[in-house]
Amino acid sequence: MSTAHNLTGGHTAGHADEHHDHDHHGPEKGWRRWVFATNHKDIGTMYMLFSLAMFFVGGTMAMVIRAELFQPGLQLVDPQFFNSMTTMHALIMIFGAVMPAFVGLANWMIPLQVGAPDMALPRMNNFSFWILPFAFSMLLATLFVPGGAPAGGWTMYPPLSLQNGTSFPMLIFAVHLMGASSIMGAINVVVTIMNMRAPGMSLLKMPLFVWTWLITAYLLVAVMPVLAGAVTMLLTDHYFGTSFFQAAGGGDPVMFQHIFWFFGHPEVYIMILPAFGIVSEIIPTFSRKPLFGYDAMVYATASIAFLSFIVWAHHMFTVGMPLAGQMFFMLATMLISVPTGVKVFNWTATMFKGSISFEPPMLFAISFLFLFTIGGFSGLMLAMVPADFQYHDTYFVVAHFHYVLVPGAVFSIMAAVYYWLPKWTGHMYNMKLATWHFWLSTIFVNVLFFPQHFLGLAGMPRRIPDYSTQFADWNMVSSIGAFGFGLSQLMFAYIVISTIRGGVKATDKVWDSGTPQGLEWTLSSPPPYHSFEVAPEVK
Amino acid sequence: MSKILKYVAGGIAASLPASAAFAAWDLNMTVGVTELSRDIHGLHMLIFWICVLIAVAVFGMMIYSLVKFRHSQGAVAAKFDHSTKAEIVWTIIPIAILVGMAIPAAETLIKIEDTRHSDLSIKVTAYQWKWHYDYLDKNVNFFSTLRRDHDKARQLHSGVDPYSVPNYLLEVDHPLVVPVGAKVRILLTSSDVIHAWWVPAFGMKKDAIPGFVNEMWFRADKVGTYRGQCAELCGRDHAFMPVVVRVLAKDEYDSWLKEQQQPAAAPVANANVESAALTVAKAE
Repeated sequence: MSTAHNLTGGHTAGHADEHHDHDHHGPEKGWRRWVFATNHKDIGTMYMLFSLAMFFVGGTMAMVIRAELFQPGLQLVDPQFFNSMTTMHALIMIFGAVMPAFVGLANWMIPLQVGAPDMALPRMNNFSFWILPFAFSMLLATLFVPGGAPAGGWTMYPPLSLQNGTSFPMLIFAVHLMGASSIMGAINVVVTIMNMRAPGMSLLKMPLFVWTWLITAYLLVAVMPVLAGAVTMLLTDHYFGTSFFQAAGGGDPVMFQHIFWFFGHPEVYIMILPAFGIVSEIIPTFSRKPLFGYDAMVYATASIAFLSFIVWAHHMFTVGMPLAGQMFFMLATMLISVPTGVKVFNWTATMFKGSISFEPPMLFAISFLFLFTIGGFSGLMLAMVPADFQYHDTYFVVAHFHYVLVPGAVFSIMAAVYYWLPKWTGHMYNMKLATWHFWLSTIFVNVLFFPQHFLGLAGMPRRIPDYSTQFADWNMVSSIGAFGFGLSQLMFAYIVISTIRGGVKATDKVWDSGTPQGLEWTLSSPPPYHSFEVAPEVK
Repeated sequence: MSKILKYVAGGIAASLPASAAFAAWDLNMTVGVTELSRDIHGLHMLIFWICVLIAVAVFGMMIYSLVKFRHSQGAVAAKFDHSTKAEIVWTIIPIAILVGMAIPAAETLIKIEDTRHSDLSIKVTAYQWKWHYDYLDKNVNFFSTLRRDHDKARQLHSGVDPYSVPNYLLEVDHPLVVPVGAKVRILLTSSDVIHAWWVPAFGMKKDAIPGFVNEMWFRADKVGTYRGQCAELCGRDHAFMPVVVRVLAKDEYDSWLKEQQQPAAAPVANANVESAALTVAKAE
């Protein structure tokens, strides 16, 4: 621990040196504050706002999808454009909304929670954020190029993705940029956590949000280069005459799927592990009781991360794998439900014999608990290979991953915002409005996604713009849910923006219960510009 | 043990509303007309009910805690923060449940992968966006495309009400025809991008991959017409390449096959573009 102490001390000194030529006590004025930002809070804020903007862009695309699927027959869009919408919706929500939101939260909260003045690598932090607007401008620009936006699915399976026109190289380059941004963000998290913890904060004293992000960061560093490799091979197949994925030249299109999902499955956990961390912070606070089984939670997170590397082929049971391969991936996948179950049980045990109150962050965390578990159940069902032969590529899968991504990852992000927004801004938000936002979101998200289980079981394939009349009724219900859910999110944007602008002064502890224990609650609301200039002691 | 579980699951499944009258509000997977599809349905119901049981226990505990230990009702929080005994219990029990599920799943999987001793082999080649069926060693092959009137109805702003078209989007010009009770081996490949051949009533889907041949099998034990679709995104008209299979009695199938084999008749070939072009070329 003494190493961490020394490094922390050393850094604080260096930090002060670096800044002595300009205003040390506050941000720069005007646009320079944002463009040249090196402050973890400013960068965190930009990440969060960028994510919110992308959430609405991707959401608008989802509205187009659900509007076309409102009834059978093609009413609004061409099938090719529909495919572009599903492809872009996924890319934007994953790489533009969910991942940047978690990186934003990491930027804001990790220095506050480990007692550091800032992130370890502030200039790289600036770079990793400012890549994103360029990456997404390029991705969104594909909507206006000849041939339209990418339409081969976010999974970019060849040979179909090679049929994209001008958008193809733009997509590849955008993915490279997003990957570079994620890797830099992840390195920054690892370096910060490893070197800048307050004296006395041993690894097993770190808040769970820090733990889950540490593990997530390692996952990112491990798999984003794999994605970069996969898309680069696509690029050379298209333009430079290679045949990595073309059978005619001795390649194998299925190899792309193996490489892609070797990235893709850890990616799934990249989008849910920080959510586990957030929920593990919120539930104890509003249950007024310490987290149950802290050590087990840490080990469960690590086990999930490890298992995430050896289950990738469950995304591709129908490609024709050897029997032994299918057996292995089935069993390994089922195994993931054990550590995930431990987490759910521990959260439940945290609430058990607690003293529970229902502020908006807690409401979202409870909703997460129930609905993520439902997504976990359908995940377990999908792991059974024979049953997967029926479920695969149907709306059952769509329902499954939206349950873990929307009331899973997205609700956890909203819970985090409602939990820490008063700390960030120094203002309380309108609780009543936030509670309304919660109930509308929770009701509509179920109206939106639950019927999709039925559609999938009844035999509706995913990624289709038009369907047979027997699927009409549940599709209409689902679309109504979608419009309701989409509109409800405008309340979220309103609450966030109006709270940034002003509101009732928040206390340092923010929540009246005595249990928020992390270091962030020892600082003022909002915290000073350089969080902990003097490292706090952790006992 | 797995047999007992299957019967239990099947029994509960049968009590669920799954009749044709509910078609539009269908809730559950079709039972299907093959042994494999029934096995898969049984597995599906087994795991579904296991999930329901776990959900009742876990959600029950959550709801109990949320109601019982409300701060507003003056609940005072306990201080405990771990219990090794409880954690061991809720690690072991799920593992036991998983083993119980994995055994019947593995049994079915082994059955699914056994493509030996087939009575009939059909090579299915996927195209953007149609299927080509080749009855190996029978000298019968043809394309199967979304039927013309359906194709017209599905165009953007066609003005045709989908409800006025029976089996909207699930009708082809030339369905695949197979005999009832025969083990049909499907050899799948593709000429362009990856597609997937799927008939829910047969319980199986598999990818058609360019440059590779995949195998699957089914044995339909009920005469009838069964419909499915391409299940792997394959481009613009992915939604418009249905699979239709007619299962005929053995003698009817034989006479159908004979009819197809007569070179003069070949009525099924007319609709496909390639042979139409060929006819034109010959006429010239």
